[in-house]
Amino acid sequence: MSVIPARGSVGHAIPDGRALRGAVLVLVAAGLVLPILAGLAQTARAAFGVLPSIGARDWSLDPWRALLDLPGFATSLRLTLVTGVGATVLALALAMGFCAFAHGRMSQSLGARMLTPLLAAPHAALAIGLAFLLAPSGWIARMISPWATGWAVPPDLATVHDGWGMALILGLLVKEVPFLLLVILSALGQLPVRAHLAAARALGYGRGVAWVKVILPQVYPLIRLPVFIVMAFALSVVDMAIILGPSNPPVLSVAVVRWFAAPDVGMVLPASAGAVVQGAVIVAAILLWIVGERAVRMLGRIWLSRGGRGLRSEPGLKLVSAVAVAVMTLGMLALAALAVWSVAWRWSWPEALPESWSWRVWIAPGTGWGRAAGATLTAGLASTGVSLMLAVAWLEGEDRARMGRAGWAQALIYLPLLVPQIGFLYGLNVLFLRLGISGGMAAVIWAQVLFVFPYVMIALSEPWRALDPRAIRTAAALGASPWRRLWAVKLPILLRPLCTAAAIGFAVSVAQYLPTLFMGGGRVATLTTEAVTLSSGSDRRVIGVYAVLQAALPLVGYGAAVLLPALVWRHRRGLSGAVR
Amino acid sequence: MSLCLRAVTVGPAGGQPLFAPLTMEIAPGAVATVMGPSGVGKSTLLDAIGGHLAHGFAVAGQVTLSGRDVLAFPAEDRRIGVLFQDAMLFPHLSVGDNLAFGLSRGVKGHARRVAVEEALGQAGLSGYAARDPATLSGGQRARAALMRSLLAAPLALLLDEPFSRLDADLRAEIRSFVFDHVLARNIPALMVTHDESDAEATGGAVVRL
Repeated sequence: MSVIPARGSVGHAIPDGRALRGAVLVLVAAGLVLPILAGLAQTARAAFGVLPSIGARDWSLDPWRALLDLPGFATSLRLTLVTGVGATVLALALAMGFCAFAHGRMSQSLGARMLTPLLAAPHAALAIGLAFLLAPSGWIARMISPWATGWAVPPDLATVHDGWGMALILGLLVKEVPFLLLVILSALGQLPVRAHLAAARALGYGRGVAWVKVILPQVYPLIRLPVFIVMAFALSVVDMAIILGPSNPPVLSVAVVRWFAAPDVGMVLPASAGAVVQGAVIVAAILLWIVGERAVRMLGRIWLSRGGRGLRSEPGLKLVSAVAVAVMTLGMLALAALAVWSVAWRWSWPEALPESWSWRVWIAPGTGWGRAAGATLTAGLASTGVSLMLAVAWLEGEDRARMGRAGWAQALIYLPLLVPQIGFLYGLNVLFLRLGISGGMAAVIWAQVLFVFPYVMIALSEPWRALDPRAIRTAAALGASPWRRLWAVKLPILLRPLCTAAAIGFAVSVAQYLPTLFMGGGRVATLTTEAVTLSSGSDRRVIGVYAVLQAALPLVGYGAAVLLPALVWRHRRGLSGAVR
Repeated sequence: MSLCLRAVTVGPAGGQPLFAPLTMEIAPGAVATVMGPSGVGKSTLLDAIGGHLAHGFAVAGQVTLSGRDVLAFPAEDRRIGVLFQDAMLFPHLSVGDNLAFGLSRGVKGHARRVAVEEALGQAGLSGYAARDPATLSGGQRARAALMRSLLAAPLALLLDEPFSRLDADLRAEIRSFVFDHVLARNIPALMVTHDESDAEATGGAVVRL
């Protein structure tokens, strides 16, 4: 006998979340997915010669021929692959090696807190700081000259913008190693690490090797998607590549941006073809990665089953973690360099520190940073607010339907993070122009939400689901309606993760370069767009102020996300996080 | 005022029911017990009666409370209280606000405070209104949770292994505290448990799934 639902019961087994779910679905589809698909379609059309707004109406392969003939195209493509895939492989290896060595040797919460400045700082700010450090006239050269190097003047070395893309890879590592560490740390929380390590070590495996052989194969599947996101990002990054990468020819993403911005409107067509190539590069790299995974899995199985205890590989792991620490130290130094330069006045080569200090740029917000900071705050708060509301509505809709998330819905959330920004932003801008909403703050906020929302969703989903369903059932049994359960029970209890998600979203918004640049139509100048523009040859003191602000705003957000819940719930031990 | 189950069974929608159709009538003031091994669907039965079934589950049969078919209403309109093994006091509200959470909106101002203070007194928690629930002992939490449920003026009570986290002494004390209140309120209660002594203590009907 099968269960035949009693009259009226099924209608209430799927409760009245339909309207909410419908509204969220429409908003996400029309507001996020459709623009991306439409932008991609516009770009793809232009790549094959059709862009009516500049009078191009005939399908053809000419844009592709033009693209192949563009000087430096092949070099750009090679540089993109080397820097993007190289940075991803290195970042993963460093993060894994560091975890193998450091796990259990240091407190996780302390480690995570130390990563915060690097996680919060936008790519552009870190890149500028690194340039301040590494440049021939930079801080490192000043510290070791002339006593160690004998340089009386800054040497003629390409330590930044080097033709190999080494500086760019280093910059990506500074940002991605901490990100992967954080992802790995949270994945480790789901595994019985201690017990498995103890079992392996009891069998005679060395500490680090036990981690690599037993824990790593369990962790990797959990962090695979973030690794893909890191790779997609590294392959298509623009701001960091402008500041640190090779300049002539640059990596593909920067080349495509330049072609889009070229005075000759006809360049838009080959630029669009380049944007399509950019997308194809990411797809190809991910496929290549998957093939690589298979190979590693096969070889790894053989290596694992041979039973080597790997006691001699310990020094190797130590070296890897030393490199990881060096990379992160460099990141911290880069942030310090920004701060020092922003208040330096007279600082002649090769002094290690400025001879005189000045707040001159800081006390003159009218020179431009005031407006840029204002625009950054406006866009950040608005895009974070919209994303947070949308995420809460989405998760609440799932609760009311009492359903988990379908695979396709999960894919929708990740879509903006895997598609290269350059692939759809230009096309989207064309659409926005036609709708008459381009070139303003609203368009910028809209475009930023595309990237803020996924991160807010990712940050909030786990804690939202971890909420004890019995607490919500209790509230319902006490007569609380679905809205009251949301406002009076769920949101207050989830204040801490809500604040964390908001801080992450805000940091993502502050860091956005390309969406702000394209959608703002040059009229919306944020700290990030200004810092990147200034980075090519302006006064370091001025750049320093922009970059410090750019790095500080997200950090203040993270700080508030810790303090606010602790303050609000200071009399509630179950929520303050102080005593567990 | 009795709680009647007629040929009630639950299971995956369109699939096999978890147990044979269950028919029982629980009189006001009585506590009936459902026992059975883990996974037989005891808690799912309570979810169905309380209106908390997860997606993909369906209930068949009829559940009436004072003659009203409750299955037609969402959980918040059924007026069926529920107690779990953890007290489930809301961590962000003070003890007093927890109790006031279920109190009808019609009770206002001074009357509200008096009702909460009175309930706290009955639970041996006089003067605890401003306390953080996290600072209460296990027994205090259990009593506060019951008073919170009762302030919502439920017409029936569901007990989902509510005593299993308590040690033996406290268990007997809290058990009689809950059963005494059920009797005093003259409402039917349905309990699921693993523990024979819980079932014996009710003095009511015991159904084994």
